[in-house]
Amino acid sequence: MSSRTLRAIPTLLRIGVAETVAYRAEFLVWILTTTLPLVMLALWTSVAAEAPFRNYTSADFVAYFLAGLIVRNLTGSWVAWQISEEIRTGTMSMRLLRPLHPFIAFTMSHLAAVPFRTIVALPIAVVLLFSSGASALATEPVQMLLVVPSLALAWLITFSMLFALGALAFLFTKTMALLNLYFGLYSLLSGYLMPIPLLPSGLRQIAEVSPFRFMFSLPVELMKRPIDASDLAVLMLAQVGWAIVTLVGALWVWRKGLRHFEAVGG
Amino acid sequence: MRRYLRLVTVQFRISAAAGMAYRSDFLLEGVMTIAWAALTLLPLAVLYDGRASVAGWTVESALIVMAYFMAVKAALEGVISPSLIDLVERIRTGAFDYVLLKPVDAQALISASRFEPWKIFDILGAIALAAYAFHRRGLGPPALADVALGMLLFVAGVLAMYSIWIMFAAASFWVVRLDNLTFLIGAIFDTARWPVHVFRGVWRFVFTFIFPIAVMTTFPAMALLGELDSDTALATLGGSALLLVLSRLVWRTAIRSYTSASS
Repeated sequence: MSSRTLRAIPTLLRIGVAETVAYRAEFLVWILTTTLPLVMLALWTSVAAEAPFRNYTSADFVAYFLAGLIVRNLTGSWVAWQISEEIRTGTMSMRLLRPLHPFIAFTMSHLAAVPFRTIVALPIAVVLLFSSGASALATEPVQMLLVVPSLALAWLITFSMLFALGALAFLFTKTMALLNLYFGLYSLLSGYLMPIPLLPSGLRQIAEVSPFRFMFSLPVELMKRPIDASDLAVLMLAQVGWAIVTLVGALWVWRKGLRHFEAVGG
Repeated sequence: MRRYLRLVTVQFRISAAAGMAYRSDFLLEGVMTIAWAALTLLPLAVLYDGRASVAGWTVESALIVMAYFMAVKAALEGVISPSLIDLVERIRTGAFDYVLLKPVDAQALISASRFEPWKIFDILGAIALAAYAFHRRGLGPPALADVALGMLLFVAGVLAMYSIWIMFAAASFWVVRLDNLTFLIGAIFDTARWPVHVFRGVWRFVFTFIFPIAVMTTFPAMALLGELDSDTALATLGGSALLLVLSRLVWRTAIRSYTSASS
């Protein structure tokens, strides 16, 4: 990162905050789209109410999906949609004129929204703590500390993945269908619809190593169940690995896609 | 009335022509339909792997709800969403002026402004799924009267969905930038894949009366299965009609506060 880029960062963050405040209705709608864990919570708790569902009690599901709501809220991103809209309408041209990689610009604009997202996530965390307490949550201090970097990495993987998907709009006219497919895969393999251990065994093995797990499930797992030290190290390293792979992948797709940019509109 | 029918036909022809222009999408959409069906069915498979019935729903009946979910989703993504995204966009850019200038009802014009012809695959997929569910149930095909009621309630469900979308979209007359509404509607509608009875307490209330996924998928599915009593059937039709009237009122109020965004 050049020093010029570094100097631009505070300004970019300020713009991001201003944008979030200015388009608060839109921001609120984005937040509301991440409430699916609440619905899954309602579904699974009523399923588990009669009898535990394969070792999962109602309380487990409550803790799992409330933690999931926090993760989803803090890591969710709409950059793919933003990029494909800008490409479709031609406003991308203006962004390309600036001496700043769009990845940085989008990152800053999304990071600026994190404090607002935290305001939404914090009350949920409090409810989680009081409703589930120590029984359904992990208490190991090291593990609790790792939740924060794990959330940051989950954010980065999600963001890079969506950045790459958005950049595919350079090549295809309709990326909405791809986004839908991506979200379908994400819902299933990340643990968003149900905890990964509940998946059928073949699928579970895929889900456990797929990047999707590290976008949602891992921070939730860290909050929820005690993991022994060696597994913890492997999982965190895997998350760092996926973060690097998706970041490099996103920038590569961007570079490839950019060559095909035809600048619609004036 | 004849005029509006002709209008819709013309709009459909234009959209179909536009749709055919993206022929590569055809293949993509076909693949998507299959992928989506698999993704939609998996959570159900997991749920019923551990249970014989959930909240009184056997796997076969739940598959019928899923089929309705696919069909209503196809209507949503094929007709309702594209048109209303178009509306939100036009309000933002000020192009809505031209809609208002035309000598037909603006709501009718905008509601049929865009179609995604490929979504017909999803409807076919839904029918296939329903057929499979009935075959698996082994009680023979549904009675003709049940099929008729099931179809009628499908239309009512789609209208309910449409009404809710109109009300959401009307909000963009006031707050202008709301182009991501489609994601919100999609996210909420996603719950419609489950029979409403699996939800309890406040959620059941919300999904029956406020965002009535029950009207969109659960009750129509029960009708097709021949399990819906006539009171609920009437209430479903009534509820859907009420939503339609309500959305019309909201639309008319909203349109009055339209302050063109162009020059």
